[in-house]
Amino acid sequence: MKEKAASFQVLPCEAERDDCSRLIKHFYAAVHCHNTFALDRSKFHIATLDIVPIEAARVLLELPANCCHSLERGLEMKTHAVKFSLTVAALAVGLGATPALADKTKFEFWYGLSGDLGERVEDACKKFNDSQADYEIVCTSQNGYPETVQNSIAAYRAKKHPAIAQIFDGGTLDLMLSGAFVPAKKLMEDNGYKIDWTNYFGGIANYYATSKGELYSFPFNSSTAMFYYNVDAFTKAGIEGAPQTWEDVEAAARKLKAAGYSCPLGFSFDTWATVEQFSAIHNQPIATKSNGYDGLDAELVINKTKLVDHLTFFKKMTDEGLFVVKTKQLGMDVVPAFTSETCQMIQSSIADHGTIGKTIKPGTRWDVTMLPVWKGTERQNSLVGGASLWVLNNRPQAEYKGAAAFLNFIAQPDMVQWWSTVTGYIPVTKTGFEAMKANGFYDKPEYKGRDKAIASLTFTPTSANTRGIRLGGFPQIRKEISDAMEGIFFGKMTVQAGLDQAVERGNAILRRFEKTYAGRALN
Amino acid sequence: MNKRAVFKSWWLPILFAFPQLLLILFFFYWPATSVLTWAFSLEPAFGGVGERLFVGWDNFRDVFADTEYWQSVSLSLFFAFSATALSMFVAFVLAICVDRQLKGSGLFRFFYIWPYAIAAPAVGLAFRFIFAPESGLIAVVNTWSPDLWNPAKFGSHAMVLVIICFAWKWIGYNFIFMTAGLQSIPRSLIEASSMDGSGPVRRALDLQIPLLAPTLFFLLVLNLTESFVGPDTYGIVDLTTEGGPNKATNVMVYRIVSEAFRGLNYSGAAAQSLILIALIMVFTFIQFRYVERRVHYK
Repeated sequence: MKEKAASFQVLPCEAERDDCSRLIKHFYAAVHCHNTFALDRSKFHIATLDIVPIEAARVLLELPANCCHSLERGLEMKTHAVKFSLTVAALAVGLGATPALADKTKFEFWYGLSGDLGERVEDACKKFNDSQADYEIVCTSQNGYPETVQNSIAAYRAKKHPAIAQIFDGGTLDLMLSGAFVPAKKLMEDNGYKIDWTNYFGGIANYYATSKGELYSFPFNSSTAMFYYNVDAFTKAGIEGAPQTWEDVEAAARKLKAAGYSCPLGFSFDTWATVEQFSAIHNQPIATKSNGYDGLDAELVINKTKLVDHLTFFKKMTDEGLFVVKTKQLGMDVVPAFTSETCQMIQSSIADHGTIGKTIKPGTRWDVTMLPVWKGTERQNSLVGGASLWVLNNRPQAEYKGAAAFLNFIAQPDMVQWWSTVTGYIPVTKTGFEAMKANGFYDKPEYKGRDKAIASLTFTPTSANTRGIRLGGFPQIRKEISDAMEGIFFGKMTVQAGLDQAVERGNAILRRFEKTYAGRALN
Repeated sequence: MNKRAVFKSWWLPILFAFPQLLLILFFFYWPATSVLTWAFSLEPAFGGVGERLFVGWDNFRDVFADTEYWQSVSLSLFFAFSATALSMFVAFVLAICVDRQLKGSGLFRFFYIWPYAIAAPAVGLAFRFIFAPESGLIAVVNTWSPDLWNPAKFGSHAMVLVIICFAWKWIGYNFIFMTAGLQSIPRSLIEASSMDGSGPVRRALDLQIPLLAPTLFFLLVLNLTESFVGPDTYGIVDLTTEGGPNKATNVMVYRIVSEAFRGLNYSGAAAQSLILIALIMVFTFIQFRYVERRVHYK
């Protein structure tokens, strides 16, 4: 009985769920025009089938030959056994077994954030679902950025992929060359949204855009690396103001050490701040060909830039006990090291601003500033980090309408502000940032300093060295560099030898990537 | 005398093996064929049939030319033999103790199997916290002498850590088999040798080990294979050291998974897993050919 009820109630079938639900929607609309009964949705199934003759329904539906079987089955049943079906359906309705509204287009969104930030993404999804009645976004955390890439690939190969996937900065090029996505601009144009693409901050948009500036994905959770320091400890050690240069940092570290702090500066082997951001703000290349933007034949050059001196400085400071390595394997990563006041200075993402505020002992004075530069350096803009939202192709057309609506929704100034407030990620659009500035967001003590991240990102217009990093297999290159740093700081490797090793191994990854994607052009 | 039992008809064994063959077909040979195609081409992450570039033996050549790969092979071998030796030795000692009905042996027999029921990543996570050099329970040894224990810094310590993790998890499993084996040894033999004046060690070496040989051989094959390619090894390495520091615990199975799924180098990883499969076959062959000869089944 129940099974028949289900098929009768024109449940969309699995294979063509979306085309089907679109048709059903038309069906409802048509029925609504043709009869004057105002019926509530739960009883609509019975009513429509009672009133509309099957031929009329077919015409109204404009059923294509390959349309949903369940729909046809439902309609055929009508001709054969109207009364029986009606009873069954009525029974189903009476029992409260009515399925979810069939005219909502469902689509999936996979994201990599987890924990506190993951819950905020859930909130964003909920806000979207509550804001309109046409679409339903189903958001699933994949518990990590690399996992999201892996799972999206596996799902894409099995043709069960989500409409939207959150891909981290390092995976950008893999997506770009995959041919597995709908470019951001095309998606919005196709679905009738007018987006002012220049509204995105240049430093953010360029990371996800072609070298000609066309955005492929939507900047979503964006951050940049900042420098956090413990003001209480600074005062106690007699240091004034935020360190602006690495010379200042060294002086501060010495004073902190003298004042009895065992870990003046904590750092990990994460390459993002120490290697990537350092290179950008000092206008140093990471690879040739404008960090890979101009071609897949780019080669790493980090063993020939100021980075060598910089890491040599870090090594010297570490040997003197002024800088201390803090990793998960040692027992404490840099952020907990800062919030537990073990270390007094760290480099970390602006996205940790919220976490630090929440977890550091209340009453502790701490502040955030732009990453220091070496004296005499002309500071450049820093790089954006975090992730962007990619719309994958080969989904039913109806899902793209929903995806576009969602992406439009989260780009509205009030959503941008909400997202930035609850997470610490920076607003990605100029209007979003202006709105937040105008209503005094950055003057509130708990959010003080977050605007410095924008200042850092927009310090100069982007140039060849600061546009972003477009290297194939970049997550693995990052791993090679941090492995080399382990060798440098824990082993007996010299800085030069370590970086040479990383460059050699990294270049092998780049060459393989170039060969793999030989047939595809980099735009 | 032929020590192997032989079926007279050919179809009966096939019939018995059929369900297992079906499983292997779907979960091993089928995936293995796609690994085969990847290993000889350059597979883009998101696929793209038709554009895949056939490269012949290039992927294998790259793998063999990589010094780091050979380092990984030797690390794997070292890990497999050490972890197997440790877990089998400890399990054997525990089993002997329980078999001698020492005080509390009933309770221990019940508890020893537990570690095996815990998933490897959970073991890894727990051991990471216990053995974290700065904040773990073990941190106290570093106050006696700095860096006495630091798996985040020294590759050798990291290797010890993953071996301990693996052995801890597998001791329970080995223990159960060994206890069962020991209990099937007739009491009268043990008693007779006791009366002849042999101590526990002598009895273990001359009596229990030879009689336990089939069980020990089975466990040896299983432990070696598991530690060489098993998911437990991957889970433990992933959660404790992530292959570090500076690749000191980058065992083959971890390397393959991280290269395939983190580095999205499907082709290189496919080539490596084919080599690994071949190695395992050689490995198992050697064990059956040379070690099993010394095993006497009843």
